[in-house]
Amino acid sequence: MTALTVPARPQEDASLRPVPWRRMAWVTWRQHRTALIGVAALLGALALGLWAIGLQLHHAYADAIACRPASSIACSELVFSFNSRDTFLSSGFVLQAIPALIGAFVAAPVLARELETGTSRYAWTQGFGRRRWTLAKLVPLALVLTAAAGAFSVLLSWYYQPYIAATSQNLPLTGWSPLSGGLFDLRGVVFAAWTLVAFAIGGLTGMLIRRVVPAIVATLAVYAGLAFAVGLYLRQHYLAPLVVRNLISPPDSGWVVGQWWTRGGLFAFAGDRDADGMPPMSYLQQTCPHIAAAAPTAKPSPGAIVRCFSQHGYTLLTSYQPSSRFWPFQWIESGWLVALSVLLIAATVWLVRRRAA
Amino acid sequence: MNAIETVVETVVGTRGLGKRYGSTWALRECTLAVPAGHVAALVGPNGAGKSTLLNLAVGLAAPSAGVVTVLDGLPAGSPAALDAIAFVAQDTPVYKNLSAADMLHLTRNLNRRFDKKYARARLAELDIPLKQKAGRLSGGQQAQLALTLALARRPRLLILDEPVAMLDPIARHDFMATVLTAAVDGGVSVLLSSHVLAELERVADYLILLSRGQVQMAGEVDDLLASHRMLTGPAEADRHAEGLCVVHARRAEAQAHLLVRAGAGDPVPPGFQAHPVGLEELAMAYLREPGAAALPGPARSRIPQPEPGEPSEVTR
Repeated sequence: MTALTVPARPQEDASLRPVPWRRMAWVTWRQHRTALIGVAALLGALALGLWAIGLQLHHAYADAIACRPASSIACSELVFSFNSRDTFLSSGFVLQAIPALIGAFVAAPVLARELETGTSRYAWTQGFGRRRWTLAKLVPLALVLTAAAGAFSVLLSWYYQPYIAATSQNLPLTGWSPLSGGLFDLRGVVFAAWTLVAFAIGGLTGMLIRRVVPAIVATLAVYAGLAFAVGLYLRQHYLAPLVVRNLISPPDSGWVVGQWWTRGGLFAFAGDRDADGMPPMSYLQQTCPHIAAAAPTAKPSPGAIVRCFSQHGYTLLTSYQPSSRFWPFQWIESGWLVALSVLLIAATVWLVRRRAA
Repeated sequence: MNAIETVVETVVGTRGLGKRYGSTWALRECTLAVPAGHVAALVGPNGAGKSTLLNLAVGLAAPSAGVVTVLDGLPAGSPAALDAIAFVAQDTPVYKNLSAADMLHLTRNLNRRFDKKYARARLAELDIPLKQKAGRLSGGQQAQLALTLALARRPRLLILDEPVAMLDPIARHDFMATVLTAAVDGGVSVLLSSHVLAELERVADYLILLSRGQVQMAGEVDDLLASHRMLTGPAEADRHAEGLCVVHARRAEAQAHLLVRAGAGDPVPPGFQAHPVGLEELAMAYLREPGAAALPGPARSRIPQPEPGEPSEVTR
């Protein structure tokens, strides 16, 4: 076997500076281009689909509200036609999987694959250094994916516009409050923030678990847990809710947080959440037996119940978040999600520095 | 092929180095100074701490105790150290889904110094197709690819962790030939771990023997061979062994084979014949006797030794 002669070693130069960051951009692109192209294809295909369905939806909505006289049969049919477009997409929950998928399938393998295949021992002993290597992988990928999600959520905001607008129409149209659990995190800026946090979760889980498939599963689980916890328990506390008395549906109510009855200034009992905060049947029979007696045949009107109960000294209190708080809520949620993402990415980089090999 | 360096430096120096995983020490109280300009072999049974020591030296792991420095005092894993040391990890990891050309470009982008011309010429010599995905190359080719990329970084020190363990004899020979060329012609210091002793005879001129996480023997191969001899004689003459520094004794029927620590001028007991020992024989003897130790004097070491009193000792 012939072997090439290795030329003499270059002179050691103490002033040599580290490898520039931009060189790492090619590395990140080359190693993750498949994943990035996959995300682009997924979002692109979804965007085309949503655009096509969205156009029909917008037309149906415009036809329904433009129809005069509104009480005519033709107009009812248009309203029905809009409502029948109520598909699995309309509540928005399905599309909330997008950030989770990005976090699981793009972010989790970034470190987990290196650690699983042992290539981290190659990557982290190159002159670039492993702290900078990790930053140069996580940060650009996170920014690109967040930007893509941001662009996609502009389309989502447009798509769901008719459902939001329908709530302010005096027609029996299917509508959604902008604060509703399914739609709030698809519109505005918060969709991009959720994508960022999913990415950060994926990166950290990959580093902690060090194996691709378990890291993907864990990322999906952690993201779902966080999203449910925020939607069910945390979001309603961003700003102190407004409280109204003896009003069945408060003006501009985006989200009824709680309904309860008081008597003499003290808590009496909780309202039935499934029935506009009306009293449970046992209280109804006790306090207003004449209404309760009719209940099995004719559904009692909330107005009548409230009138009857106020005569007995009860007050219905409703706490709610008005729809006008959509943007403050968006900024609050995006703000802490971004802060959390920065923390998670910093923790990942710290772990890479500390817990290697 | 001894040191051509004008300045003798220590390529890897450790003092009281220890690494603990959970409650077990993979390496402990390891004090060592590997001089530059050598092909140093790190030998020891599985679990002796070879990989741990190498991972500590390249900064992939952090010590639980003690200090490890490289190239005369650089902290292991520091930017200056990463720049001057190329590491080929165990099983020679390459990105299986990248082509050889991509791996080349990747390594070039991750390092300040990269000799692209050398890397391309070397891959051509080895008949490694640039367009081929690294995962579809043979084990020997993958190892050669990893080694070529490491050498193209023009390191001062090349560290190889079990580089030939997975290779067939021909690939093993070719791989070691590349390493030797780099060491002899390029002046690259090499530190490699291996449990393939036969392969080391040809390439190593400095030997470090690790056993149960501790350094058992370290020194230049020539010195070690010159200070050990194999005595063969009748088994009943064994009593003469009293007073000899016997590292390892092997008795077969009427014959006794004693590997002793003694120079060429030392007297041979009556009835015995003295033979020079080979590297493999020497290493095997020490590996079989984990209690025996032979360490060099502190002269070569730049790392202060905790107890410089009697560095060379043989226990039996």
